[in-house]
Parts: sequence; structure tokens; C-alpha cells
Amino acid sequence: MIPELGHFALVLAFVLALVQAVVPMIGASRNRLALMAVGRPAAQGQFLFVAFSFACLTWAFITSDFSVEYVALHSNTATPMYYRITGVWGSHEGSLLLWALVLALWTVAVTVFSRHLPDVFLARVLGVLGWVSVGFLAFLLVTSNPFERLLPGAPEGRDLNPLLQDPGMIIHPPLLYMGYVGFSVAFAFAIAALLSGRMDAAWARWSRPWTTVAWVFLTAGIAVGSGWAYYELGWGGWWFWDPVENASFMPWLLGTALIHSLAVTEKRGAFRSWTVLLAIGAFSLSLLGTFLVRSGVITSVHAFATDPKRGLFILFLLVIVIGVSLLLYAWRAPRLSGGGSFAFVSRETALLGNNVLLSVASASVLLGTLYPLFLDALGMGKISVGPPYFEAVFVPLMTPVVVLMMFGPFLRWKGDSLGPVVRRVAPALVASVVIGVAAAFAIDHVTPRTVLGLALAAWVVLSSFQQLAARLRERAGASSSARLRGIPSAWWGMWLAHFGIGIFIIGVALVGSLNQSLDVKMKEGQHAELAGYRFLFRGVQDVPGPNYDASRATLDVSRGGMAIATLHPEKRLYRAQGMPMTEADLDIGPFRDVYVSLGERLPDGSWIVSLYFKPFISWIWLGCVLMVLGGIFAASDRRYRRLAERSAPAGATQQAA
Amino acid sequence: MKPRSKRLILVGGGVALLVAAVALVLSAFQENLVFFHTPTEVAAGKAPTGKTFRIGGLVESGSIQREADGVTVRFAVTDTAKTIPVSYKGTLPDLFKEGKGAVVQGRLESDGTFRATEVLAKHDENYMPPEAAHAVEQAHKAGATVKQ
Repeated sequence: MIPELGHFALVLAFVLALVQAVVPMIGASRNRLALMAVGRPAAQGQFLFVAFSFACLTWAFITSDFSVEYVALHSNTATPMYYRITGVWGSHEGSLLLWALVLALWTVAVTVFSRHLPDVFLARVLGVLGWVSVGFLAFLLVTSNPFERLLPGAPEGRDLNPLLQDPGMIIHPPLLYMGYVGFSVAFAFAIAALLSGRMDAAWARWSRPWTTVAWVFLTAGIAVGSGWAYYELGWGGWWFWDPVENASFMPWLLGTALIHSLAVTEKRGAFRSWTVLLAIGAFSLSLLGTFLVRSGVITSVHAFATDPKRGLFILFLLVIVIGVSLLLYAWRAPRLSGGGSFAFVSRETALLGNNVLLSVASASVLLGTLYPLFLDALGMGKISVGPPYFEAVFVPLMTPVVVLMMFGPFLRWKGDSLGPVVRRVAPALVASVVIGVAAAFAIDHVTPRTVLGLALAAWVVLSSFQQLAARLRERAGASSSARLRGIPSAWWGMWLAHFGIGIFIIGVALVGSLNQSLDVKMKEGQHAELAGYRFLFRGVQDVPGPNYDASRATLDVSRGGMAIATLHPEKRLYRAQGMPMTEADLDIGPFRDVYVSLGERLPDGSWIVSLYFKPFISWIWLGCVLMVLGGIFAASDRRYRRLAERSAPAGATQQAA
Repeated sequence: MKPRSKRLILVGGGVALLVAAVALVLSAFQENLVFFHTPTEVAAGKAPTGKTFRIGGLVESGSIQREADGVTVRFAVTDTAKTIPVSYKGTLPDLFKEGKGAVVQGRLESDGTFRATEVLAKHDENYMPPEAAHAVEQAHKAGATVKQ
């Protein structure tokens, strides 16, 4: 009964999405307030029904209702409760339902936080979001109903894929989807602006916090996914340039470009049509990501189930979204020309360079991800594009981005002279070159890439503190705490995120060069050495888990006679699917991780053990945390709230009317 | 300087940057493509020597052998028509098994052994890497035409 209610709620949500898509749009074009006002309750009602439907599916998982096919395929009575709940988004149907839920959540957030928006504009934004929702709910209902019954019901479920039975699964997909789908708001703002022909500084100011918040979620989602892959896949890599990772990285790159381009549009009125194009692009890449992951067209760790019908539906949706928005763009964008002019040496030019490079980087990932699929589809042979390509492309493309990042904050809008700026930048540059050269001599087997990375990172860090000092000097006379408080949180946001890039580069550069690993055969009582650490293998015990049986090893890690940690890597066999799974164990430290994973058991009773020494790897995620914090600071800037408060009375009277 | 020529230089500079970046991407792309070959193609000498490529198929039953160090593994990949011996040093994926699909990446040595640097196996019990499935399918098709 409950699954049927969930299905029915989904149908009602679809009807409300249609209402939300059509009625406010008509209202906006005929300037009828009553019709426009329908958008808000329709969106909120839609959210309630999707949330109810989601709750019904979750209930089916909690109660192990194996008469629902999706539950029977991805859960088991022995699965721990939290993995039963996260099993809801463990596969295709449920993750689409999560997609729809997240979209409805963002839409409701727009209705709540955008009371200051003009009615016509809000109606169009809700209309566009309504159309996106119509597309996805139709997709769910037509091709991927999660409530499909299995008659007769299965006595026991097949269990969730063991790879997904991990705490990472609890937060990674929701964060990532909040990011992906969040770009739909920036997209809706851009389309609404094209429709109304209104695209000024105010428009950019409205879209900025939404775009930044979506970017924050996407950054956090990607970072969590990367950390998860690091400890779960059992060989200590943190980024694989896997097509599914690329699918989330492309919108991130374009979203980062969009954040910077929006800054120019808000402050200077320039780059307007380019900003719109980026907003369309970022959302299209999010949809493309959904297509790549969910259609199963790629060979990757995420390609679980495949169904061409579903792939075609998303592809169709993708073509409609991109086609319609680009047509609209071609029709309306010529009217957007103009905006503030600027000189060669200006902050605008630095940001233009940033945008060009980030867009090319995004396109290069797109090429590397899609080209093998095209060749394969055309029957022209099978190829793969691996990490060497992406590394060869990213280092030269991102280096100038980081260099521009150093100049940008020192440059004035509109025009500046190069001499003084170079004089300000030079000391940190010289110091970082010295640091790079010193690193080249200090570190054994160092690669040129690591030297470059360390020099760049040193420059970012030094330059960050220099910027902070310059900012504090601006208000000479005030007390130091007043000066600190006087800095707007948007500036802190930029500072933190840029500083985070520096920390991130340090992690990437050092782990790439100093990383050590050893695969070794070990027997009880034997030991191995790696990077000055001694690993004593104390044997393996059988330990049963809730839905698996584990062989759990014990290794004592010590250094120079000092005990460091006792690690317990496991080899698990999940009972329901008979699937083996490696569970690594690691000792995390601020300057290094020691990582152990258990390989195969050999006939003579010994085990293959993989030992890894990963210097500075946590700095990668520390950098991401700083970027996320930066985004949060940027989005919470007072001027966005002031804007909302100032127009609140007007919004209230409109509501009363 | 006139605003118009200023704008021209700015646009020109942007386009030059774009062209340089695209040239970089395309040349890196050309150099780093990894091609896939079936064991039959490798046996026929169609695979490049001295360059990294991938082969795929089934891990031949009874072919897995470990050397004394325990971490060097020898096995054979077959598309049911031809078989290529492979050597690999390192940990194997959890789902690497005899009789199941696998894809390996590496180089062909002069003695005809494929020295693998990476082994990819399927990711769950029902799933076969598309390349491995493709290799077996090709071999079957070729076999069918020979029989006719």
C-alpha cells in the first residue's frame, strides 16, 4: 500500500510541476499577477509530494519490503539500518528520485529566499525550474519507477553493492546532487533574464549567492567522493580521472568560471552574455554528468546497471535543454551587448583570462571523456584516455590560472598600471622561486612538476598573507579588531578559497612525488619496511560482520622503535552476493598517512599486503575544506541580506495584494 | 589608443590564448590515447610494440601462477580464439578470477609476453567490462565466418 501511495504522490508532483511550469510563465508574459502567484504554492506543493514519495521509498527500505523490486535488488534484512536508508540512492531509480527531491528543495528555497525579486522575474524562474522538474519526473515515471512491484515478493533481498556500504555513501551523493542540481537555479535565473531582457547588475547580484552555494555543495561533494575513493578502493589514489569523476568535475570547472564572471557582471556590468552562456553551460554539464553516470555508457567503477532506453531519455532531455536555451540565447543575447569598458591591465582582463582557461580546461575534460564513447559508437575502435592525458593538459592550463589569481586581487577594476602591481607581486614571486629551487635540492627524486607545484603554492600562500596585510593597512587609524571586522565577508570568502588552492597544490605536489608503496608477501611474525616505517604482521583472524564475513589482519606500525599505530585492514566477503571487498585501514596524520590494504591469501597461508606512505595527502582535503569555507563566507556577505531586507516590505505588500 | 583598436587587441589576445590552449589540449590528446586490441589482433601482430595499449578478454582457467616473491603474477588472457600471456606485479582487483572477464593495460615485450601495469576486472558479479565482452564477441564472429 505504501509504495502505491509513493507512486501516486509522484504522479501528483508531476501534475503540480506542470502547473508550475506553465501557469506562471503565461502570467509573466501577459502580466497577470494572479497567474504568476500560482508558481509559489505549486512549487511548495510539489516539494511536499516528492518528499512524501521519497519517504515512502525509504520506508520500504527500512521495513525490508522485498515485494518492491528496487528494494529487493538493493537491500537485505542483514544490511545495517543506515545502509538500508542510504540504499535508497544506491542505484538508478532511487538516485533519480533524490535528484527530483533536491530540485524541489532548491525550488522551495527560491520561493522562500527570493521575496525581494520582482514578481515577473520570480514567476519565470519558477517556470523554468518547473520545466526541469517536469522532465525529470516524467523520466522517473516513464522509465524508472522505483515503486515497481515484484510479484511474488522475494523472500530475501540481493543487498546493496558492497562498494557502496560505506559512510561515504551517506553524504557523498546528497552533497553532489545539491551541487549539480543547484546550478539549475543559476540556469533558471539566466533563462528568466533572457526571457525578460533584463540582465543588469541587480540580476547578477541575485544569482551570485545561489551559484556560490551550489558551488560549495559541489566542491564538498567532489572532495568527499575523492576521500571515499581514497580509502575504499584500496590502492591509495585520490583522483582517477574516471569518467564519473570527470562528470562532476566539468560542471565544477565551469561553475568556478561562472562565479568569477558573475563578479564582473555585478561590479562592472561587463561579460553579461558570457555569464549567461556559462550558466547554461554549467547546468548542461550537470545534466550531461547525470546522463554519463546513469545511462551506463561508460566503463567505469560506477557503471553498474545499464539500460539504453533510459540513456536515450536523458540524452533527449539534454538535447532539449541545451537546444532551447542556446536558441533563446542566440535570439536575445545580441541585445545584451555593452557594459563597462576596461583597459588591458585591469581586474577584468585577469578574470577574462581565468574564464578562458577554465572553460578550455572544462572542454578538455569533455573531450577526454566523450571521445572514446564517440569512437566506440561509430564503430571506429576502442580507446581509453587515462590520467597521463589529463595531467599533461591540466598542469599547463592551471598554472596560468594560479598566476592570474595572484595578480587579480591587486589589480583595480577598469584600469590599472602594470608597474606598481608588478612591484607589489615581485617579492613573493622571488621568494617562491627560491623556495622551489630549494625544494628541488632538498627532496630526492623530485619531479619538475612537484618543483613547479611547490613554487606556485608558496607564492599563493605568501601572496595571501600579503593581500591580508594590504587590506588591513587600508583603514589606518582604526583599532586592529575594528579593521578585521571592517573586511566584508565576501572578501574573506575569496581569500580563504584562494588560500585553499595553495594548500591543495602543496598536497597534490608532495603526494605525487614523495608517495611510496610496496606490495609484499607476509606471514605471521614477519615485518616489512617502507619510508622508515616498520610494519609487523601479526596475523589474520576471522571476524563476522552483520552481512559479511571478514578476514581481519593486525599490523603494528612503528618508527625508530616508537609504536605509531595498530592497523586492521580487512578482506570481506559479502554473503548475499558472494562478492569480495577490500577494506583498507590507515593512520591519518597532519603530514603523512600510512595506509595498509590486504590482498590475496596465498596457498601457504601467507598474505599479499600493500603498504603505502602518503605524505601531505590530507592537505588536499584541507584545501577543499578551505575552498568550501570560502564559498560559505562569500555567499553570506551582508550585502545580499541587506538587499533582501530592504525589499521585504515591498514583497509583503505584494503578497497581501 | 582608440577604444576600438584597444578592443581589437584584447579580442586578439583572447583568441591567441584560446588557440594556444586548444593546441596544447589536442597535442596532449594525440600523445596519450591508449588503444584497445583483442588477443586475436595482438597474435596477428596488429598491436603496436613499445607503446602502451589495452587487451581484454577472459582470464584463462588454470593459468594464474605466482612467482616466488608472491606479488608477481602470470596469467593468460583469451578471447577464446587466441591467448596472450600476461605478467603483472602488484595487487589484483577483488573480482579478478579465472574464467571471468578482465582488461589489462601495459606493453608487449619482445618475447610475446604482455607486461601489465594495470589490471581492471569487472565491478560486480553480473558485469563484464565492455572491452572484454567485445573481444570475445569479435573472436566468436571471426570463428563463425571461418566455419562457413
